Amino acid sequence: MTVVRISDDAAALACGANAVAAAFAKAGCTIERVSSWGMHWLEPLAEIDGPNGRMGFGPLTPDDVASVLAGTSGKAIGTIAEHPFIARQQRFTFARAGKTRPLSLEDYAATGGWAGLKRARELGPEATIAEVTQSGLRGRGGAGFPAGIKWTTVAKAAGPVKYIVCNADEGDSATFADRMVMEGDPFMLIEGMAIAGHAVGACKGYIYVRSEYPHAIAKLNAAIALAVPHIAPFEVEVRVGAGAYVCGEETSLLNSLEGKRGEVRAKPPLPALEGLFGKPTVVNNVLTLAAVPWIMANGGAAYAEVGFGRSRGTMPIQLAGNVKHGGLFEVGFGVTLGELVNEIGGGTASGRPVRAVQVGGPLGAYHPPADFHLPFDYEAFAAADGLIGHAGLTVFDETADMSAQARFAMSFCAAESCGKCTPCRIGSTRGVELIDRIRARTGRQADKVETLPQMHNARKAPRTLGDEIELLEDLCETMKFGSLCALGGFTPYPVLSALKHWPEDFGMPAPSQEAAE
Amino acid sequence: MTDQDELDGILAAHAGREGALLPILHDVQAAFGHVSESAIRHIAQALNLTRAEVHGVVSFYHDFHEEPETRPVLKLCRAESCQARGVEALAAALPDNPRVKVETVYCLGLCSVGPAAMIGHEVHARLDAARLGALVESLA
Repeated sequence: MTVVRISDDAAALACGANAVAAAFAKAGCTIERVSSWGMHWLEPLAEIDGPNGRMGFGPLTPDDVASVLAGTSGKAIGTIAEHPFIARQQRFTFARAGKTRPLSLEDYAATGGWAGLKRARELGPEATIAEVTQSGLRGRGGAGFPAGIKWTTVAKAAGPVKYIVCNADEGDSATFADRMVMEGDPFMLIEGMAIAGHAVGACKGYIYVRSEYPHAIAKLNAAIALAVPHIAPFEVEVRVGAGAYVCGEETSLLNSLEGKRGEVRAKPPLPALEGLFGKPTVVNNVLTLAAVPWIMANGGAAYAEVGFGRSRGTMPIQLAGNVKHGGLFEVGFGVTLGELVNEIGGGTASGRPVRAVQVGGPLGAYHPPADFHLPFDYEAFAAADGLIGHAGLTVFDETADMSAQARFAMSFCAAESCGKCTPCRIGSTRGVELIDRIRARTGRQADKVETLPQMHNARKAPRTLGDEIELLEDLCETMKFGSLCALGGFTPYPVLSALKHWPEDFGMPAPSQEAAE
Repeated sequence: MTDQDELDGILAAHAGREGALLPILHDVQAAFGHVSESAIRHIAQALNLTRAEVHGVVSFYHDFHEEPETRPVLKLCRAESCQARGVEALAAALPDNPRVKVETVYCLGLCSVGPAAMIGHEVHARLDAARLGALVESLA
C-alpha cells in the first residue's frame, strides 16, 4: 500500500492538509502525519513512496490526489531532501523536520533521540555545562546571551530548589520556529530541558506557551506524558499564556507563571539567581534548549565549527511576509540578508521590488535593500542599528508605507505595554499621536495649557514638521534608554529605521541616490 | 451540576499547584465563557488573595473577559507579516456582520502563509477577500 506523508503542523493544517490527507486515505493510501519540512509555500506538501524513492508534491488540494497517484501531476517537486531550499541548509535543530512523526518515541529514538541526555548523564553536570559553553550557543530568544554562562550562574547558585523555564511565548510576527519545534519535534525540546535540569540541578521545568498555539500545547502535553520514563526524575509541565505579548520578556513571563499580572521586573536580581518563586532559574528560549541535545550528542566543538564571528552554530531563520518562498531556513550564521531574501526567499510573492525587510519581529529594525550585504550575525546587525532577534524576516514590497509601519510599531507597543514603566506606557501613546500628526503634515499649535503665562518653560511657537521629527527622535531616545525591558526599549528600532531610510514617507526630502547606494 | 459546583471542581483540581491562578482562570473562562465578579470572589478566597489582586490579573490578559461574549469569534492576525501580505486591505473591505465578532490578534505563527485567522482552535491561511468573507458568513 502506498505510504503518504503529510504534515500535521499548524501551517499545513491552515493550508488544508487534513482535507488532502483524507482524500489520499479515501484513495486507499496509508497516511503518516509527520512534521513539516518548513517549505511553507508548498504546503500542503505530500511525500510519497514511488519507484524512484520518496517524491514530493505540493501545494496540493484534494482535487490533485488522483493525478498525483497516477503519476501525471504537475505539482511534483522531485526528491524533497534534494530540493535546493533544503539542500542549502545546515539542519541541526531541524534535522528531523519533515521526516519523523512528532509523537513517535520510536521515530525519535531511531533518529538519535535521547543520545544527548544519555551523554550528559555520563559526563556529569560540570562537563555538560562545559560542553554547552564550548559550543558557543547563545540565547536564541533575541538577546544572544551565552547559554553556558547562564547555566553556570544557576548551577553555582545556592539552594535545593531550582527551575528550568522554557520561553515559548513566541509572539513576534515573522517567527514560527518555536512553534515548529513544539509541534514537529517536541521530544527534542523536552530532552533539552532535561539536560539543562541535569546540568544545573533543577528537578522541575515549565514550558510557557502562548495561548495562540493550541496545536503546540496539545502536542507538548502528549509528548510529556510519553517522555516521563526517559527524563525522570526531571518533570516538565506546560503552562499556557493568556494573550499578553509582553510575557515573552523573561521577568514578565516569570510573574505570569507565578499567577500574577505579567509585569516586568527590574533587574537585578537576575532570574538566574532569583527567578521563578524567587528561586534560581534558567530561562531559555525554545530554540536554545532545542539546540542542546544536538550539542551534547555531537560535541560542543562540532557546533562551534559552524558560524560567523562570535555567533556560533546554526540559526533557524524564518522567511515570512511578502516573500515567494516563505518558510524555515536553518543555516550557520554569516549568510547575508540579500541571499536570504532574494536567492533563498526568491524575492517578493507579489513580484514587485523589495522595499523593506524587518528583521527580528515587531521590535526589529526595517532594513532597505542597501543593507543586503549584512551577514546574519548578532554583532553585524547591532552595528547597523538593528538586531536579529528571533531571526524572523518580514519582507515588504514597494507598496509598503513606512510611516504607517512606524505608527504601527508605536501602537503595538501601546497595546501590549505592561504599564510598569512610563517611557513605554505613555511614550508609545504619545508616539502614535506624534506620527499621526507627522503623517497628516499638520504641524502643531501650542495648546491652551502651554500658552498659560505660568508655563514658563513651555514652547509658545507652533511646531513645524521638522520640529515634530526632532521630537519623535527625542521620544525614541527616551524610550530606548528609559524603558525597563525590550518592549519599550526596542520599539524605537522600527520607528527610527523607517525614519532614517525612508524619510520621504514622513514628508522629508528623500536621501540622495549616492547615499542610498 | 450548578455553576458553583463546577467552579468548586475547578478550584479543587488545581489545589496545591504552584502559581495556580492562570490555569484556574483559563478553566473558568473555558467553562463559563467569562470570569464573573462572583467567580473572582470565590477564586480570591480559595487562593488567599484579595479580589483586587485577582481582578488585576483578569484585566491584564487579553484572553480573560469579565463579560460573556455571546457571538462567535474570528481572530484575524494583523501583525506585520500578515500586513505585508495584505491583511489591512482585507480588514477594511470586510462587510460588517453584527452576528460575528472579528477580533484582532497579533500573530498566529502562520507568517509565511498569511493572511491568517483562527476560529476556536481551527486555523486558516492564505485568506483573500472571498475566503475571509465566507469564513465570517459561516459563523453568522
